[in-house]
Amino acid sequence: MAHDQRPSVTVERLRYRARLIAQMRDYFEAGGACEVTTPVLSRFATSEPALESLALECASVPGRRYLRTSPESAMKRLLAAGSGDIYQIGPVFRGGEAGRFHLPEFTMLEWYRRGFDHRQLMDDVEALLHSLGMNRPITRVSYAELWARHIGGDPHTITTARLADIANGKSTRLSPEDREDRSLLFDCIYVHRLEPALAVDGAVFLFDYPLELRGYARVSARGPRIAERFELIVDGTEIANGYHEITDVEEQRQCFEQDNALRMRRGRPKMDVDEDWLAALADGLPACAGVALGIERLIMVLTGVSDIADATGIGVLSDSVPELKSDGSME
Amino acid sequence: MASYSTSQFKAGLKLLFDGDPYSIVENEFVKPGKGQAFNRIKIRNLKTGRVIEKTLKSGETVEAADVVDTELQYLYHDGLHWHFMDPQSFEQIMASEAAMGEAVKWLKGEEICEITLWNDVPLTVTPPNFVVLEITETDPGVRGDTASGGTKPATLETGAVVKVPLFVEQGECLKIDTRTGEYVSRAKAG
Repeated sequence: MAHDQRPSVTVERLRYRARLIAQMRDYFEAGGACEVTTPVLSRFATSEPALESLALECASVPGRRYLRTSPESAMKRLLAAGSGDIYQIGPVFRGGEAGRFHLPEFTMLEWYRRGFDHRQLMDDVEALLHSLGMNRPITRVSYAELWARHIGGDPHTITTARLADIANGKSTRLSPEDREDRSLLFDCIYVHRLEPALAVDGAVFLFDYPLELRGYARVSARGPRIAERFELIVDGTEIANGYHEITDVEEQRQCFEQDNALRMRRGRPKMDVDEDWLAALADGLPACAGVALGIERLIMVLTGVSDIADATGIGVLSDSVPELKSDGSME
Repeated sequence: MASYSTSQFKAGLKLLFDGDPYSIVENEFVKPGKGQAFNRIKIRNLKTGRVIEKTLKSGETVEAADVVDTELQYLYHDGLHWHFMDPQSFEQIMASEAAMGEAVKWLKGEEICEITLWNDVPLTVTPPNFVVLEITETDPGVRGDTASGGTKPATLETGAVVKVPLFVEQGECLKIDTRTGEYVSRAKAG
């Protein structure tokens, strides 16, 4: 039987996607940001504990290369070199992610604004969405407020034992090690309790995360356990993730080291620290905030498409997702 | 024992949880931004029919349940067990009252049933969607009354009691939908 390769995307949807991306460019050009294109291949894999870089080996090229999980490192090198405000639209890759809202390859819009903090960047995200025709009101809620409302107490000071009890309240299997892994416990509670609550809240900026969920966001001046991170969540689905960026090289190195410590505790491979990123910070990254927005997810929200595959530029996906071996390479 | 990783999860897959066999009804990949990935699954307990939800960290493995669906012919009831036969191999197998469930109401012999085996033991028995059974006892028919819409109880040859229209008579055969337990029509002897 002939293999069916026909794209399921309609011409109408292709045009919609193209127009949306053109409008994004209009927004950034009008605001003085410069479009950049940075390499998809990197010498460094991500060290983020819950992300997997896809690894590539080629006989004629010495050394392993990785497909980027985000353009963050390269864009920070440009910022440190004096690029000014920049944005990029391009593919990113994440191993092992496949579902109604996840693809191993998707399109990311990422941008950086010098002198902004995460709150100003939320305003910017809102203005962008407005320019794209999304007129739904976006409410703002801090992680602590959301937690107090749906779980009770303060997520910034909660004990690990209490976290484990809340996470265990539902049908999740937690090992003794899991019960000590605070960021895993926060993730578990998010999936069970906060995400369903957010799913009926419309469009929300969730901001000021617990330190365990800082990613690479700065620690807030308002509290040593508050990270200046935000997400835009629409109907329960994350659309964008932003940071008031870390500019201190030692703080960034510590984050990478903590990533690797967590990876090893979770039985995942340790990754070489991205020395290019650190060198850029040593050279001097201007104070800035940056955000990454998933274009297919945004299309889902704007058009009501229910499967992310239908928001891609082709619509047909192969059935099999590469299985990741424990060293991060593909089978 | 075989096991499945969360990346192999899909509807219909049979898994073992806390010693009971389950079938996946729904599988969803969920992942908070930058966070741990989970598979949120709805699973049906194949013994009780109850559907529950579980969340597993993506990458975990779960033991497979040795559950297969097969078609077997009903032979007889020995007072304790119900006996079935594989029409190809002539191999015989016994089902318990728990596995039979509602099926006992509709079987008289020779019907081909769908049987779910767990570790080669019948877990559930599903009778054919339609069976034809004779009425062994019912009140006399009201001749010509095909329009009033009234019903009366009728006992069938298997002992099952169904609601039937007033006009049907003792000794007649009826077509019954076993999924609803309802009378469908009069029928020739099956």
